[in-house]
Amino acid sequence: MARLELKNIAKRYGAVEVLSEVDLDIADGEFLVLVGPSGCGKSTLLRMIAGLEPITAGDFLIDGVRMNDVPPRSRDIAMVFQSYALYPHMDVARNMGFSMEIRGEDRSTRADKVAAAAKTLGLSALTERLPRALSGGQRQRVAMGRAIVRDPRAFLFDEPLSNLDAALRVEMRLEIARLHQRLGATMIYVTHDQVEAMTLADRIVVLNGGKVQQVGTPLELYERPANRFVAQFIGSPTMNVFPVVSDGAALVLGDGARLAMPDCDGATALGVRPEHIDVAAAGDGLIDGTADVVERLGSDTNLYVNAGDLGMLTVRRAGNLPVRPGERIGLHLRPENLHLFDKAGLALARRA
Amino acid sequence: MSAIRQTHPLLKAAKAAALFFYLAFALFPLYWLLKISVTPDRLIYAEGTALWPETATLDNFRRILFQSDFLSYFANSVTVSLGTAAATTLIAAGAGYAFSRFDFGGKKIVIALMLVTQMFPLLMIIAPIYKIVAAVGLLNSLTSLIITYTAFNVPFATFLMQSFFDGIPKDLEEAAMMDGCTRFQALRKVILPLTLPGLGATLGFVFTAAWSELLFALMLISKNEAMTFPVGLLTFVSKFSVDWGQMMAAGVLALIPSCLFFIFIQRYLVQGLTSGAVKG
Repeated sequence: MARLELKNIAKRYGAVEVLSEVDLDIADGEFLVLVGPSGCGKSTLLRMIAGLEPITAGDFLIDGVRMNDVPPRSRDIAMVFQSYALYPHMDVARNMGFSMEIRGEDRSTRADKVAAAAKTLGLSALTERLPRALSGGQRQRVAMGRAIVRDPRAFLFDEPLSNLDAALRVEMRLEIARLHQRLGATMIYVTHDQVEAMTLADRIVVLNGGKVQQVGTPLELYERPANRFVAQFIGSPTMNVFPVVSDGAALVLGDGARLAMPDCDGATALGVRPEHIDVAAAGDGLIDGTADVVERLGSDTNLYVNAGDLGMLTVRRAGNLPVRPGERIGLHLRPENLHLFDKAGLALARRA
Repeated sequence: MSAIRQTHPLLKAAKAAALFFYLAFALFPLYWLLKISVTPDRLIYAEGTALWPETATLDNFRRILFQSDFLSYFANSVTVSLGTAAATTLIAAGAGYAFSRFDFGGKKIVIALMLVTQMFPLLMIIAPIYKIVAAVGLLNSLTSLIITYTAFNVPFATFLMQSFFDGIPKDLEEAAMMDGCTRFQALRKVILPLTLPGLGATLGFVFTAAWSELLFALMLISKNEAMTFPVGLLTFVSKFSVDWGQMMAAGVLALIPSCLFFIFIQRYLVQGLTSGAVKG
């Protein structure tokens, strides 16, 4: 268990800056998720924490001790790789006990710890198999077992579920959540999947273009995104954002509709999540549009509405909505759930 | 279904015939080697192209083994080939690992230079090599052969080893290092066991190349006691006649180490061909 601190961390390959100004303080026992589109530097950041990638600038501390120049083996951090990275020539038990083998622990201690970990992960029957004789989910479990038996100061996960099919991914996601509850260990988890991020994290770090966009709890990011990028990255379906003109007391939408808003000075874009738009009869709403595509998910209905000058809007309503494709409908925006962005894409603070 | 079954035997027969023809074509010279080695001298020219001599004899083998320097040639060849194979594989494994895993200044230049060395015709550099070897006083020594062969085989063997290392995911080493290994421990405990097929293939390749090398051995060795087998084979050619029977008997015996070597490493070779199927 440990507290991890990143102070003004940067990573450069020659002149190319991959990460800059990363400041994070990860509390003991926290589950931190790094999320962002591919190429945003999240895996690089994780590898720098692991010690597999040198830190160009800044300080990385574990429990107050600077770790920049400490090799991976001495950091006492376990990592679960996206490819699982199981040793193909060792059976499951030896894979899981390899770290103890390296430390020179005796055979019986090793066997006990491996057996205990195998039991919690449901691998007891498979300990003598080679990795190639395992399914994807089993390999994933072995990779996790290898991390657990070490009882490390922190766990790192590098997109551990991305090679699994959808059903298994949900199952393993739960397993990781349980693992965190049981061990109470510090965990850092990299993913590009915002659902994984939302469901697992105590706090989420959204990265884009090598810069931290926002750090916060899942609900903070959902309810008060700091900028347009976070607003559109978190939440599914994606938040609708369209240009508006502010006259100080109200927002003027592209089609001329006015939305009274007391604190909208400087707003150039309006964001509204699909689930925060109400559907009304044509002409009754703030905006009129034509339902272009209707997706019925059973629990929800997704409408893709062509709103003329405003472009396409996504609307998500619970239950089964009696709207047919091609039908004219009116849309209401809930003022309390609107997000305003200025010219630079930063969110405007709202009093409401 | 039945249609498929009906064409099947024909297809099978055609395949078998093609394979048989190919095998016969490829193995015929070996057969001829064997045939002449057991043919008594007096029958070699008399019977001409008969497929099997009317009396077979092991005389040629007897004379080769007990009345010639063949065993000494043979021992020299084994020393040179094993020495070359070991030295080359060791250097190539190290260099291949470095090329596969590390980025260092001048890496591209070194690789390019290694490729360039493969482009020269051997004949061009025989004289300089002779000069160098003579200057350091290594003429007529097996060491000189091991050094030259190693130098010539290292570039190709390095590329071979590099491709084997490239086939092993970097994640495995990193996982090992996270598990507490130093880089060298990760190499020894994780990478090395997975590279065995590659090492086997490289060993086999270099061994055979060194075993049958003639040109340099001919240039650098002139004393009987340091001759390798291919050079020794030429001693069967005299000014006025060629002792075919003994030469072929020697040839048959010379095949044995190569065969043994390949039997020994073939399971690694087969593994090497399928190792891509094992996902990290």
